Amino acid sequence: MTLIIQNLVFGLFVGSIYGIAAVGLALVFGVMKMLNIAHGELLMIGGYVSFWLFHLAGVDPFLSLLISAPLLFGLGVVLHQVLYRHIARFETEQKIKNSMLVSFGLVLILQNLAQQMWTADERSIQTAYSGVGADVLGVALPYTRMANLGLALLVVIGLHLFLSRTYLGKAIRATADEWESAILVGVNIRQTFLITFGLSASLAAIAGALVVVGYGLSPSIGLAWTLKALVVVVLAGTGSVFGVVPAGLLLGLGEAVSGIIAGPAYREVFGLLIFVAILVVRPQGLFGRA
Amino acid sequence: MLEVKSVNASYGDFQALWDVSLVVNAGEIVVLIGPNGAGKTTLMRTIVGLHRPSAGNVVLDGHSTARLDGCELVERGVALVPEGRKLFGGMSVLENLEMGAYTARARQARAQTLAWVWQVFPVLAERRRQIASTLSGGMQQMLAIGRALMSLPRLLLLDEPSLGLAPLIVQNIFDVVNLVNRKGVAVLLVEQNARAALEIAQRAYVMERGRIAGQGTGAELLSDPNVRRAYLGYISTGKNLAEGT
Ligand SMILES: Nc1ncnc2c1ncn2[C@@H]1O[C@H](COP(=O)(O)OP(=O)(O)O)[C@@H](O)[C@H]1O
Ligand SMILES: [Mg+2]
Repeated sequence: MTLIIQNLVFGLFVGSIYGIAAVGLALVFGVMKMLNIAHGELLMIGGYVSFWLFHLAGVDPFLSLLISAPLLFGLGVVLHQVLYRHIARFETEQKIKNSMLVSFGLVLILQNLAQQMWTADERSIQTAYSGVGADVLGVALPYTRMANLGLALLVVIGLHLFLSRTYLGKAIRATADEWESAILVGVNIRQTFLITFGLSASLAAIAGALVVVGYGLSPSIGLAWTLKALVVVVLAGTGSVFGVVPAGLLLGLGEAVSGIIAGPAYREVFGLLIFVAILVVRPQGLFGRA
Repeated sequence: MLEVKSVNASYGDFQALWDVSLVVNAGEIVVLIGPNGAGKTTLMRTIVGLHRPSAGNVVLDGHSTARLDGCELVERGVALVPEGRKLFGGMSVLENLEMGAYTARARQARAQTLAWVWQVFPVLAERRRQIASTLSGGMQQMLAIGRALMSLPRLLLLDEPSLGLAPLIVQNIFDVVNLVNRKGVAVLLVEQNARAALEIAQRAYVMERGRIAGQGTGAELLSDPNVRRAYLGYISTGKNLAEGT
């Protein structure tokens, strides 16, 4: 019994990373109508920033977010100006196709660059408090994993306040809803796109730090994370940025359950099954508007 | 205040506007009528910079708008109520209006303008927290107009605001257009409801197949036999088909 609960709790912890990884993808998809396959590569680079800051300068991985998130914002801005900006002119359908093509190209480039610079070795961070945690009725609750969950909640609350309370946040939502009307009221949507993309990259950096603390980091992990994030976005419903974190938690839990029932080998299959099932049964997702 | 000078506009190979010229003076109500597909919407979109002319020029207060970004026109006092309303569907009534006052100029006066819009459309005030996409058609149209008014326009463009609405609401919307005009705002109104529109217009243009096919004062066009036949539902005997049914 304890073992089952332990599994579920860990499912919830990993689900919170899924949530953070997916929020950034959902934001770019909702606002720019682009599918950024390279989102997982941004996560991977963010993870390496945290790794090297810890390894070379002893910076705590959670503190390193203060550096890696702005740094990835900058990288996002550069990538947007060099690549994604040019796709923004296409019609919506063309946008999705072209953004997938371009970002897949970027995946290959970033993966190879990372391998050249940092080798293919798997990396992770062992802090002094790694493995330390609370123990509730025999269920281990490592502090780093609990921090994942806390951070995921902080991220959605922060993002919610930004999008609902600030003029810039409202401009981003307005652009997502009806970009031509956004122009009509005076929103510079090119600037909105730029900021949205930067923000998405920052969110990837946060997810990346959590991955390197709790799991493993290597140059090739990006696509797997993009896929997870995509499953979560579909589960939440495209266009529902705030449904993404609960959907992430749900996927983590679901994987844990399927791992218990069918054995660990089937964990990964579960996400893909969910993906197909949702598309067939409820294409607007759990939290999306029909 | 607004001069459209010999404008051509195209969608790919298809040319939708041919040498279109039109003037709106300060304080005027100008109406644009014409059948479906004549190019009225394309002209409105070209004026506000959502569509770029392939030839000719849109001139505002003596300055060409060719180098302006779409989002800069509203700063200069031009607001469009687009065809089909195009509200921010996921946002509340209040948020839609707040977005209307996005520019620095409008933001300063936001509280006063908002109070005025509530006064013009009291039903919107009652539903300020409601999500825009869940409003009825009439209220959505009011909100679209309210959003445009929030930007403090000097020139208000409306593209078929009465489309699909009940007669009472149409009357309400025409009253509001008149009211706004009396506050000194110039109006360019595209309408299917030609009679009601020509009655409040100082001047009007008729557009057919991408060209300006006629113009005159509202009264002149109301009595023009061709216009009566094509747009007002009269046949040559003078019997009003629309009213006869
Ligand atoms: N996005 C578009 N792509 C191609 N053709 C278009 C597009 N929008 C309008 N048209 C064509 O341009 C012409 C004028 O359309 P429009 O300006 O919408 O006319 P109106 O508003 O007078 O009904 C029509 O023949 C229409 O089919
Ligand atoms: Mg039209």
